[in-house]
Amino acid sequence: MITAERKPLEEIIEYIKPFKRILLLGCNECVTVCAAGGRKEVGLLASGLQLALLKSGSSIEIREHTLERQCDPEYVEELVPMIGSEEAILSMACGCGVQQLATRFKDKPVFPALNTKFMGGSLSQGVWDERCKGCGDCLLGLTGGICPIAKCAKQLMNGPCGGSTDGKCEISDDVECAWQLIWNRLKALGQEDRFLDIMPAKDWRSGGGGGPRKIIREDLAE
Amino acid sequence: MKTESNLEKVLAAGHLAVTSECGPPRGAVAKELTDKAKYLEGVVDAVNVTDNQTAMVRMSSLAGSVLIKQQGMHPLLQVVTRDRNRLAIQADILGAYSLGIDTMLCLSGDHTKFGDHPMAANVHDIDSIQLIQMVKGMRDESKFQGGSDIKGAPKMFIGAAANPFADPFELRVMRLAKKIAAGVDFIQTQCIFNIEKFELWMEGVRKMGLHKKCYILAGVTPMKSVGAARYMKNRVPGMDVPADVVERMASVPKEKQPDEGVDICIETIERLKKVEGVAGFHIMAIEWEEKVEEIVRRAGLYPRPEIS
Repeated sequence: MITAERKPLEEIIEYIKPFKRILLLGCNECVTVCAAGGRKEVGLLASGLQLALLKSGSSIEIREHTLERQCDPEYVEELVPMIGSEEAILSMACGCGVQQLATRFKDKPVFPALNTKFMGGSLSQGVWDERCKGCGDCLLGLTGGICPIAKCAKQLMNGPCGGSTDGKCEISDDVECAWQLIWNRLKALGQEDRFLDIMPAKDWRSGGGGGPRKIIREDLAE
Repeated sequence: MKTESNLEKVLAAGHLAVTSECGPPRGAVAKELTDKAKYLEGVVDAVNVTDNQTAMVRMSSLAGSVLIKQQGMHPLLQVVTRDRNRLAIQADILGAYSLGIDTMLCLSGDHTKFGDHPMAANVHDIDSIQLIQMVKGMRDESKFQGGSDIKGAPKMFIGAAANPFADPFELRVMRLAKKIAAGVDFIQTQCIFNIEKFELWMEGVRKMGLHKKCYILAGVTPMKSVGAARYMKNRVPGMDVPADVVERMASVPKEKQPDEGVDICIETIERLKKVEGVAGFHIMAIEWEEKVEEIVRRAGLYPRPEIS
């Protein structure tokens, strides 16, 4: 999923304080799962903002709403009947959702309430870690299902650097050495020989080096 | 011979090679570098010029190498993949070779977290093994990494680092094997304090016959003080300083510790000379370049061979 964290209240207030009426818009997908921008967080942020604004002697009318998916034009259309009276939209979706809104409602200011973080998964309750950089040419089949691009601090593709100690990365004891993890997996799978294969320099065009990426599925495109 | 590198000539002639290093200054004063380099004149076969070491901005290793070259010495250009992509690195290699630099070291580099620009983006377009492949392709096939032809190929003698003390230990010989398969000509190891562990690594190296496929220069460092020993033991990632070495440094009064550090270094070299497959020594006397000559002389590695 795409993970996110809420921006500091002060930054959000700076965005919205010129307005009298705003739409605070959650998203029911990834940001709900990572507890950053779902219905519940929309409610919490709305009251947090009202309280903070009250203290400073101002107020804004905040209308709360949560879409099934903010990155999907079909769901964003739902907003058309309600958007007219709103002066601005404060989005609690990831950056994809924010941009969907900005593209659809060309004359309406749209602000992000979240910082989009990374593609990852849940490690345990309340903990998420990065797992994919979206390089566009997945090599997990060669590395025992653990990604050195996303999980090695130097994105080394041919083994651990000289800083790997007791399974930890040189940058922090809180970071596991990706190549230790890969090696453990290769051993468990009986694929130790695979380590000796040199992974050649990567073609980063598929990873964004070729400019903004797009997928066109001829069988689905209208 | 693959190149005109003085280091290659010394190694190919069967001598124990000696290299040392010179870190460029954190400013634009050439004299700071050339003053340090003077201590190494006639004492070593090549002088490593570090590339933004510990991720701190310094004068570029290419400029530093040129300055060393102008002193009539043989620079060994260090290149890390942290700061430049493949275009910039290849451009620098062409430039370096055009200025008479024919020996280089391929590294991934310390993480930016450790330096004075932790906010910088790490490049890592390629890793150190892919860098070796690239430099070899430029030299032996006159091809850029992208595939087009080079007019006037840079003939670099290609080095890389190896750390026998990092984890997982069982991968450390295999990683050297990968570097050799990628095309490395010589290796400089991490500083050796744990000689038993180094010998164990060399056993694995010999078992795969790797010592016959590249030259292995054993890395040594004289410690200035027990504080330095403790710092390296506890704070430098991938360093293995055994407790008895720290104790030995602590056992002498403060003013005698530099001498003790030099003694340990020389004893280490003497022991490593007996290890089959060690082709020379890389003496990393960080900000202590003036001690290198004494170490080289006392370790019986002086004078350095003159090979034309």
